[in-house]
Amino acid sequence: MAKITLKNLKHSYLPFPTEDSHYSLKKMSLDWADGGAYALLGPSGCGKTTLLNLISGLLIPTEGSILFDGRDVSRATPEERNIAQVFQFPVIYDTMTVYDNLAFPLRNRGVAEVEIDKRVHEIAGMLDLTKTLKNRASGLTADGKQKISLGRGLVRSDVNVIMFDEPLTVIDPHLKWKLRSKLKELHQRTRRTMIYVTHDQTEALTFADQVVVMKDGEIVQTGTPIELFERPMHTFVGHFIGSPGMNVLPCEVKAGKAIFAGQNIATVNAKSYKGKSQKLELGVRPEFVSFAKKGIPVDIVKVADAGRFRIVETRNGTSSIKLLVPEGEDIPSGKTHLSFDATHTQVYENGWMVGGRT
Amino acid sequence: MKPLTRYVPVIYIIFLMLPIYWLLNMSFKTTNEILGGFSLYPHEFTVASYVKIFTDPSWYNGYINSIEYVLINTVLSVSVALPAAYAFSRYRFLGDKHLFFWLLSNRMAPPAVFALPFFQLYSEVGLFDTPWAVALAHTLFNIPLAVWILEGFMSGVPKALDETAFVDGYSFPRFFFQIFIPTIAAGIGVACFFCFMFSWVELLLAKTLTSVAAKPISAAMTKTASTSGYELGLLAAAGSLTIIPGAIVIYFVRNYIAKGFALGRV
Amino acid sequence: MSSKAVNQKAWFLVAPVFLLVAFNALIPLMTVVNFSVQETFGDNVFTWSGVIWFEQVMHSERFHGALFRQIMFSAIVLAIEVPLGLGIALTMPRKGPWVSVCLVLMSLPLLIPYNVVGAMWNIMALPDIGLLGKGINALGIDYNYTRQPISAWFTLVLMDVWHWTSLVALLCYAGLVSIPDAYYQAAKVDGARTWAVFRFIQLPKLKHVLTIAVLLRFMDSFMIYTEAVVLTGGGPGSATTFLSIDLVKTALGQFDLGPAAAMSIIYFIIILAVSWLFYTLMMKNEEA
Repeated sequence: MAKITLKNLKHSYLPFPTEDSHYSLKKMSLDWADGGAYALLGPSGCGKTTLLNLISGLLIPTEGSILFDGRDVSRATPEERNIAQVFQFPVIYDTMTVYDNLAFPLRNRGVAEVEIDKRVHEIAGMLDLTKTLKNRASGLTADGKQKISLGRGLVRSDVNVIMFDEPLTVIDPHLKWKLRSKLKELHQRTRRTMIYVTHDQTEALTFADQVVVMKDGEIVQTGTPIELFERPMHTFVGHFIGSPGMNVLPCEVKAGKAIFAGQNIATVNAKSYKGKSQKLELGVRPEFVSFAKKGIPVDIVKVADAGRFRIVETRNGTSSIKLLVPEGEDIPSGKTHLSFDATHTQVYENGWMVGGRT
Repeated sequence: MKPLTRYVPVIYIIFLMLPIYWLLNMSFKTTNEILGGFSLYPHEFTVASYVKIFTDPSWYNGYINSIEYVLINTVLSVSVALPAAYAFSRYRFLGDKHLFFWLLSNRMAPPAVFALPFFQLYSEVGLFDTPWAVALAHTLFNIPLAVWILEGFMSGVPKALDETAFVDGYSFPRFFFQIFIPTIAAGIGVACFFCFMFSWVELLLAKTLTSVAAKPISAAMTKTASTSGYELGLLAAAGSLTIIPGAIVIYFVRNYIAKGFALGRV
Repeated sequence: MSSKAVNQKAWFLVAPVFLLVAFNALIPLMTVVNFSVQETFGDNVFTWSGVIWFEQVMHSERFHGALFRQIMFSAIVLAIEVPLGLGIALTMPRKGPWVSVCLVLMSLPLLIPYNVVGAMWNIMALPDIGLLGKGINALGIDYNYTRQPISAWFTLVLMDVWHWTSLVALLCYAGLVSIPDAYYQAAKVDGARTWAVFRFIQLPKLKHVLTIAVLLRFMDSFMIYTEAVVLTGGGPGSATTFLSIDLVKTALGQFDLGPAAAMSIIYFIIILAVSWLFYTLMMKNEEA
């Protein structure tokens, strides 16, 4: 198990990068404590797989360093770093049995057969694979094979970190949640450092203690799922997390107060704004918008039923504002007013939360 | 990769180039010099052999004839293979599996077995000594190959494409030519490459089915051995020239070679 | 596969292929079968002769000789070319600028007309004036392929290896290139050495391709004709007379139609049987 530190890490796939756009990973530094469950969340192409491969040693960074427990491993091989990785599609050794698949990493390291037997059975038990140990690995279903991949990572007791690269991609939808819960359970049992890469926010938010949100090769925000939800540092995080995403509305700030649709809107951070009016926006999640007698005038456009609540889409001028209305509550028709919860309304400049960026 | 193994392809390629270099070496020597002794490069450099080939019709016609039947065969084989491969790829029909295996089995037929029967057959239909005889005879092996390759590529294209086109109102011919064929262009390239290859190199049937008018370059080359003794220089020049079409074709499909050998199935 | 629609009209699409191949395959085969069970004394008069030709061929020393030599040749050639081709494929670069160069140069021997291949080696192996011939003799070995059966065999095998190994190599290369990187990465992470990677990842994934390679090389080496004839003419004597060479001599040389036809049928059946065996093995592999 190890504490992982990224120091000024930068990476480009081109041999001679000169400008920012050549880099898949722009400069980043991060600390990950030992034994945590982390997620790297972001859309395709944001650099999360690159970062994963840098940590696991399948890529050597162009600049910067990676440290495991203070030890510089930037140029160490995957074997030397003692990591395990589960890939997007199941990677198993077709010609071997499930038992031999799980035993493979240990045999390569010269562990005694008795010890191997113990470990294999232990891990197989954790993964509900005991009944299939004698079968040929190629005969299992996709989720069974992914479990084998995972098992090969768990079976080694000296593993520093286990990485997951979108591991549920090929799993049937109705089995995804099962495997997801199993992963969470395994983390709690084994307390190994786990890093989970995905573009699916549900997977990230349910698995991780800490989520790192990435976009275009940069870390946009790091925090617990709740922090990301309640205090998004960037409009992108607001969009990406939560369903539906955060409302982002154009606004101005005058004399420390935010103004939208001609009205003063109370916000958390308008007071901290001290610059010239560049692209300013107001962000507020649909969960924190409600109907009111006075406030922002809107027309109701659409009501969608999402089970336990309804998503109401309203319009003010050219802006669309969504809000959630719990089951049972009435929805006025035609024109009405909205109010925003001040403690959850933020001002953003060029996408970044005013006063929030470190 | 360990540094030593990096040299394996290099050594292998040198091994492959040696006979070709030797052939080129001899093509620029006079027959006297060749028979007179051993030398790694021409001491009396001469292009006389090449000049002879380019100016003597009985020589250059050989090349023209060969290219003629190879082209006819390639176009013919791939054209008829396209609809058939489509049928195998998209439909089930009575006897389809048996038909497919029967087609493949023709690839396993020894040309030697067909030499005499083809001679009689094509004489009977009056095609003896024409490029058509050779082109048609070669389809025995090339059509099954083309069907196999094309079917592999076509199976990689989802049927949703066909269905969308039909829903959009395309007639089958329009769909086939305007939409489907561009999609499998790589497969067609590969099929053409293999048809060209097998037809260009095969010579038993080409010789058997021709005599004077459509004589391929292979037959023309054997005459240098029999009539005036071993005119090795001329033979070497003729041989060197036959490598060129192949080299050109490979160069054009070099990006598809790996894919082609995968036959869409690996 | 099961989502294919049943449609008997597909026969229209298949008709041109069927007709062309049938024309070329069935008619000649019928001719061959005809000749194999008939006897002629000239003037186009044929009489039924039953299985006489088959018996004659099956009992002929000449046929046994040719068959034996053919089997030996195919066996030797397969034993060399398949491992060699696989080995070369494993060392070929998979990314980078040299890939194209490598592929193009390696494909060159495959596109040279068979008679030119034979001629090239014929000239090159000449003892006094050929690169190979002179070279071997210079080493002190007495080498003359026109007179010594062993030398003739050596030259033939060498020529075939030169000619066809690239086919095996290219097939295996295509198979190797199609293995996703993740497998190699997982092996690295699992601490597997090069041999383990070969044994547990590469070899299993190459099964399909290797079967095709073996099948193709067996078939083509069993049918070899032009290159061998141009190189050795079947000699010295009959030392390198393989089945095709013997058959053509009988059919087109001697015009012994009956025995030639019977031999053709036996020949074809042997190839079909062995190929069918490989084919079913290959299909079974795919289903596994």
